[in-house]
Amino acid sequence: MFKNPRRVFAIIVFLTVLVALVDIPTGYHLKFQVGPIKVDRVFSPTINLHFLGLNIQKDFTTKLGLDLSGGTNLVFDANMKDIATADRGSAIESARQVIERRVNFFGVSEPIVQTAVSNDQYRIIVEMPGVSDVNQAIALVGATAQLEFREFINPNASLSATTTYADLLTMTKSVGITGKDLKRSTVTFDSTSGAPQVGLEFSAEGGKKFADVTRRLVGKPLAIFLDNVPVTIPVVKQEISDNQAVINGQFTQDEAKNLSLQLNAGALPVPVTVVQKSTIGATLGASSVTKSVRAGIVGLTIVALFMIAEYGWLGLMADAALIVYGLLTYALFRAIPITLTLPGIAGFILSIGMAVDSNILIFERFKEEKRAGRPWRIAMELGFGKAWDSIRDANFTTLITCGILYNPGNWDFLPSSGMVRGFAVTLFIGVLASLFTGIVVTRTFIRVLYKEKEKVS
Amino acid sequence: MIRFSKYIWLYMILSALVLVPGMYALIRWGVKPAIDFTGGTLIEVRTNNPPQGASVQKTSNDTYVVRLQDETATVAGEILRKETIGPVLGSELLKKTVTAALIAIMAILLYVAYAFKNIKFGVSAIIALIHDLLVVVGCFALFGHFFGAEVDTLFVTAFLTTMSFSVHDTIVVFDRIREMLKRGDKLPFDALCDKAMTETIGRSTANSFTIIFMLLALTLLGGETIRWFVIALLIGTISGTYSSPFVATPVLILWDRWEKRKK
Repeated sequence: MFKNPRRVFAIIVFLTVLVALVDIPTGYHLKFQVGPIKVDRVFSPTINLHFLGLNIQKDFTTKLGLDLSGGTNLVFDANMKDIATADRGSAIESARQVIERRVNFFGVSEPIVQTAVSNDQYRIIVEMPGVSDVNQAIALVGATAQLEFREFINPNASLSATTTYADLLTMTKSVGITGKDLKRSTVTFDSTSGAPQVGLEFSAEGGKKFADVTRRLVGKPLAIFLDNVPVTIPVVKQEISDNQAVINGQFTQDEAKNLSLQLNAGALPVPVTVVQKSTIGATLGASSVTKSVRAGIVGLTIVALFMIAEYGWLGLMADAALIVYGLLTYALFRAIPITLTLPGIAGFILSIGMAVDSNILIFERFKEEKRAGRPWRIAMELGFGKAWDSIRDANFTTLITCGILYNPGNWDFLPSSGMVRGFAVTLFIGVLASLFTGIVVTRTFIRVLYKEKEKVS
Repeated sequence: MIRFSKYIWLYMILSALVLVPGMYALIRWGVKPAIDFTGGTLIEVRTNNPPQGASVQKTSNDTYVVRLQDETATVAGEILRKETIGPVLGSELLKKTVTAALIAIMAILLYVAYAFKNIKFGVSAIIALIHDLLVVVGCFALFGHFFGAEVDTLFVTAFLTTMSFSVHDTIVVFDRIREMLKRGDKLPFDALCDKAMTETIGRSTANSFTIIFMLLALTLLGGETIRWFVIALLIGTISGTYSSPFVATPVLILWDRWEKRKK
């Protein structure tokens, strides 16, 4: 089916319309009238499919990095000195979860909290779009997790849906057992029902305190708070004096694992220190976007005009392919999604240059073959064929470099900075897309739309 | 056909004109590392009273960039951007970058040697690549001394891109030589290279123009934050295009002459 250029042309046009739909800005107001048909609606690119019982839903929005949207970026170094090597992995993961919970609690929209572990370095990277008060952010995030057992002041108090965390905090008082008294927490399974449970193991001193408290509170609720937020409120069944306890609720295995991680975070507080912090004001970010977009449009226009000046109608075909390229790449950025940063935009713009390069290589070959006396149609096909070797080799080295810059294996000895990655990933996608548009799209456009007078010799 | 190979001395002088001052500046003053490498604090503010001090730099009408070692210090005005980087991260980044560059160079060398079935092509491409990298670093040593341009993470990215771009361009010229060799062209090697260069020079200039247009637009209109980054890319691109016919191919020709003389 790909032998017929007209059919390929139709497919390309269809594809272009499809990616153009993905590219429409979110909340775009579509309003037009064709004869009796009136369209007036706010449009957002969304897929909402019900297909063979599968629900596919996806919104297409452009994700902007902190340098463009404005916000705060923090890098914490976890001090693992006092933590056994085997526990470090789970310790950093619990710390990450705790920080994520705190950031969410703070009301940051779409925060990113991730760990970066290499050799002996355990780091947590926190990105908070829209947050400009860096000190408040650090105070919020950097404190170590606090686990606390609390009893109700009035054990018969009733809880309702309207009871807030703050209410719960005032309704209860500490029983004097905190994360320091916990040795560790694990996920266990009930020996009879097989349901997941969260097992607690206390230190010797903590176990003694716990035995006293549970003896006093048999049949009454004992709330477990983490950072002043209640995690669970189990009811004490009997006195527990063997330093061991289990919390059984209606947990799924994941919930039990999460709770255990959180309790470990309270039990194994990893001291963290800030090693890097940066804040980009929203105004600077916005002006960077405007300027880059303007620069991109101006550059692209000059390139397009240059191509027409140099290659005439062929240049126009290449420009049309370039538009397909731009729409396709941007749609890919939205669909994957790729977080766009300033270096990312630079990588995109550079890849436009490389996309044009493929066409220039082909057209120069075409001119040569024509000079050698071949009819234009054959010269064109030969041009595409012969240019392919150098296009492939040249772009392949760029892809190699992108791979090394992106560092997909997260190797310790290579950079893994967000900025460098942002650049590598957009350049990579750009080069791949340019191979497609430079070869397939331009070729099809020329086969279908381009005509040259046969020279009568 | 233009006899490019007759003017190898001219290309050497041209390269030396850029490389010698650059290397002098690099040895004499070195490059100016940004806080990405040294650690410290950078604050960009918008204010009507310029902050005082040696580390204050004006970026546009009413915005200033202040560099500090003490992160608790405050600067009056609307804070547009504030970055603090610990010194450990900086040296780590430097080490990793050098490793990445070396690995990329090795990978490219192997790929070119494989694609052209000849180590000579690989080595010549790498020599051109090192030429381009020295041009970029040398220029930044000069810019750093005279205009306060800093070497930061973005510069590192530009540096690594120059690598890939340089080879990208060299391959196009080499591909033509490879094709002629395959065809069993009976020309002497010098003349063969000249022919290949004559045939590719149109493409090389056309291509560099398009990329240079894009980058110039970014330099002049793009934001302050990426200006030096784009300039680094621009220099890398120009040097990368220049070095393919005027460094990589002459190296190939000289190597061939030397081999023939040895026989």
